[in-house]
Amino acid sequence: MSIHVTDINKQFGAFRALDNVSLDIPSGQLVALLGPSGCGKTTLLRIIAGLEYADSGRILLDGEDASDRHVRERQVGFVFQHYALFRHMTVFDNVAFGLRVRPKKFRPAEAEIRKRVTRLLDLVQLGWLADRYPSQLSGGQRQRIALARALAVEPKVLLLDEPFGALDAKVRKELRRWLRQLHDEIHVTSVFVTHDQEEALEVSDRVVVINKGKVEQVGTPEEVYDNPATPFVASFLGSVNLFHGRVDGAHLHVGEHALHVGHDHNVTDQAIAFVRPHEFDLLPVDSPEGGLPARILRVISVGPTAQVELARLDGELVEVTISRDALSVLGLREGDNVSLRPRTIRVFQGERLAA
Amino acid sequence: MASFKNFSPLPGFRLSLGYTLFYLTLIVLIPLSAVVTNTVGMGWEAFWSAVTEPRVVATYKLTFGASLLAAAVNVVFGLIFAWVLVRYRFPGKGLVDALVDLPFALPTAVAGIALATIYAPNGPIGSLLAPWGIEIAYNPNGVLIALIFIGLPFVVRTVQPVLADLEKDVEEAAAGLGASRWQTFLKIILPHVTPALLTGFAMAFARAVGEYGSVIFIAGNMPMVSEITPLMIITKLEQYDYRGATAIASVMLLISFILLLVINGLQGWMQGRYTKGA
Repeated sequence: MSIHVTDINKQFGAFRALDNVSLDIPSGQLVALLGPSGCGKTTLLRIIAGLEYADSGRILLDGEDASDRHVRERQVGFVFQHYALFRHMTVFDNVAFGLRVRPKKFRPAEAEIRKRVTRLLDLVQLGWLADRYPSQLSGGQRQRIALARALAVEPKVLLLDEPFGALDAKVRKELRRWLRQLHDEIHVTSVFVTHDQEEALEVSDRVVVINKGKVEQVGTPEEVYDNPATPFVASFLGSVNLFHGRVDGAHLHVGEHALHVGHDHNVTDQAIAFVRPHEFDLLPVDSPEGGLPARILRVISVGPTAQVELARLDGELVEVTISRDALSVLGLREGDNVSLRPRTIRVFQGERLAA
Repeated sequence: MASFKNFSPLPGFRLSLGYTLFYLTLIVLIPLSAVVTNTVGMGWEAFWSAVTEPRVVATYKLTFGASLLAAAVNVVFGLIFAWVLVRYRFPGKGLVDALVDLPFALPTAVAGIALATIYAPNGPIGSLLAPWGIEIAYNPNGVLIALIFIGLPFVVRTVQPVLADLEKDVEEAAAGLGASRWQTFLKIILPHVTPALLTGFAMAFARAVGEYGSVIFIAGNMPMVSEITPLMIITKLEQYDYRGATAIASVMLLISFILLLVINGLQGWMQGRYTKGA
């Protein structure tokens, strides 16, 4: 089922949680709402679910206006960060709850309920825990039960609010891979909220980057990572080096040095440029191609790549990642002076791409 | 002995258990055993006739009946009270919260006099009800009112923290799964607070059984109709019939003890159901 969000506004007192948000989520996709804490992503998810109501704007589920529908009638499955399992019920009864509270007319027979719950517990690979109580499960197991419980009512949309936020790093990694597999099996339109960019990029079909109540960019993980639309997206997704300067012709002037940025930029005095750590070449100081002079402060050579920390002449720090082989070929050490040349550089002018 | 001792990060199991038993003996068991030993001395027949005297039997019925009823009423209204205090914000909430404890603090005689004044046929509320033929003071209704008054805080104060502990998530999850408000209350909220409700019930009941001061002013104390057992005991004492008084007291103790044991057992069973193995 597709989700259309149009012109949603939500205010909490003086705080503007969502500012004219519009968003289309096609049927069958797994979409991440990504942003820093307090950016409004959870509020948006709760409004889609019907747990919260917008001040203005509409929510269309499958083309039908659902803005005024109660959460009971929206046919959405919601998974909470802290699981929200029913403590006094066994795992089995938790998963069966949504089926058992249906009005008699629509309630499946007990044998049918048993069959469906068993199938769901097998789907989340926890059939052997059916008779346990939530307090006897680990965090990862609880969240999988919460997911099975949400799926039991055959929701048209699955909404997950920081589903792995309360879990430790290793379990989180396992579970997000598992969530992706599960989605590939059942193909229910899913939206999950996260502040972890790695999680969003790894799991989702599409990423919606939100900041201060506004959608900054929507795109596939590759799109938002490789072609960030705004300085916020560029700096929020992955680590990045920042340069302030003046664009004139084909060059970005940083201090008294110039970096080649190509011809398709407007002339501006206030440009911000982003370069990811792995997009730098380190060249000898007197290299004819030019670049920013810098001094190596530290080399951390662990794993497949080496992290090199440098200081520009004006003292600003620059982070560079290069392969360990390249590093040893160059024979660079801490204290050496080099010239920094970016292979890719993204120049923004104010809030927009300077193009 | 070692098998009783579970590992605990804090040492002092023997010391603290010893202290607990000593304290329990000194404060609770020795005074209570005096009741029993005093009674044993009077012989079976005298005991039996003292405790089965029709006027005394009528007081058992009133005391335990009204106490159970008052505790039950308090469970219902105490739950609503606790719900309002936990779930809503309103001006004067702090004041209401503080007022709940007043029946704890008020000298019971003061409460009794106040209730009797209000509900007497010429009192502000009693005079409104009198034309309708409803009499509250000076009959068993008055006893019930007084027992409800003194028992309310027990239920509110035991249920309140448990209710506050119930995450809003859980209710939202139930609603999201299609449960109506009523289903959410019956299947999610009520099971969560039931153990606390039982505790509150037991405490309100125990308090009501032993209550004297607030009841005697409003009860009217008519033999066979509105006399409570504690009054019976005082009456015997005033007639220097110490043995008769302790005989009745021991019957009261026994019934209270059995009822509390049953409530406790029920509660343990409920609690065990969802914290099993946790």
